[in-house]
Amino acid sequence: MADTDLDLEPADDAPPGTGSLRWMIWLLAGIVVILVALTWAGSRNDAGPGDEPAFGGDFTLVAPDGSAVTRADIADKPFAIYFGFTRCPDVCPTTLASLARMRKALGTDGDRFRIVFVSVDPGHDKPAAIGEYVSLFETPILGLTGSTAQLEQIEQGFGVYVKQVPQPGGDYTIDHTAAVFLIDAKGKLAGTISHGEPEKTGIEKLRLMLD
Amino acid sequence: MKRTVLSISLLAGLGTAPLAAAGKPAPTVSVTNAWARETAPSQVNGGGFATIANTGTVDDRLVSAASPVASEVQLHTMSMDGGVMRMRQLTDGIAVPAGQTVMLKPGSLHVMFIGLKHPLKRGENVPVTLRFARAGTVKVNFAVQPVGAMGPGGRHGGH
Repeated sequence: MADTDLDLEPADDAPPGTGSLRWMIWLLAGIVVILVALTWAGSRNDAGPGDEPAFGGDFTLVAPDGSAVTRADIADKPFAIYFGFTRCPDVCPTTLASLARMRKALGTDGDRFRIVFVSVDPGHDKPAAIGEYVSLFETPILGLTGSTAQLEQIEQGFGVYVKQVPQPGGDYTIDHTAAVFLIDAKGKLAGTISHGEPEKTGIEKLRLMLD
Repeated sequence: MKRTVLSISLLAGLGTAPLAAAGKPAPTVSVTNAWARETAPSQVNGGGFATIANTGTVDDRLVSAASPVASEVQLHTMSMDGGVMRMRQLTDGIAVPAGQTVMLKPGSLHVMFIGLKHPLKRGENVPVTLRFARAGTVKVNFAVQPVGAMGPGGRHGGH
């Protein structure tokens, strides 16, 4: 490319003694590199503050009062997020009640993070109903849901498995990931709490998330 | 709904009568520590748990359950599979082998109240009729506990 003998109009500010085409190619190459870098950085940083990408990515969901809640709206604090559905009679209430107990055990530190429950059953759980459900646990829990597309986005972001399974009689149940994801103040994954994990361990993990 | 329970009891009673007439030993099944979790007004389903002991010498099976508070009571199992919760209806019921105790407890087997007619309130007792293949019907009150409970709680839990 450099040995081209094409004769182009020299730019006004072309450095003397340099082939103008070579100069322009380098300039273009530089611009391309910068654009690529910016695009890449932009795609990595679109969901959270800090240098690291936010775990789970961006999302927009619906609060019990029907208002939209984005990740940015809740990113002022670390959060423990759990995916389930209100017709789940066992694992979901067990997990949310356990989180409520762990928060209580943390004393004043318990106020430094949010508990977020995302219903993955948009066909059944309406926003107001989710608000009623989370109020059973006697600690502030943000109960969210969304459209199928909104839920798919957050499920994919967090790597959450959700599958509707038909039941005899025409109803369905939902297989779903039962872990609690702990997101620290920088939006990074600080850990997970598995179903059945001792609350003592969970409390330590919540402390690490708060550090 | 009382009619439903009565009719189910009646059917179950008819079912077991021939067994007794045939001279087989009466299996002994007892249900204790029955409890359920409270539910929010909008929740249409709820979970119940109990301890089922078969002190007899013949295997038995919990085949169905019914309650006036729900349009249906199903028998369910819950399992964890690679971090994924899977809940399934047990259409064949729950085996209660001779001399053994089966625990319906959080994270495992449970009865599921489907189509609750009113929310389950803590302190309330929910009447449930359990039907066993051999022992026939056993009526038990499920004591409703706070949603965070992991067991029957206070002294009112057992029946």
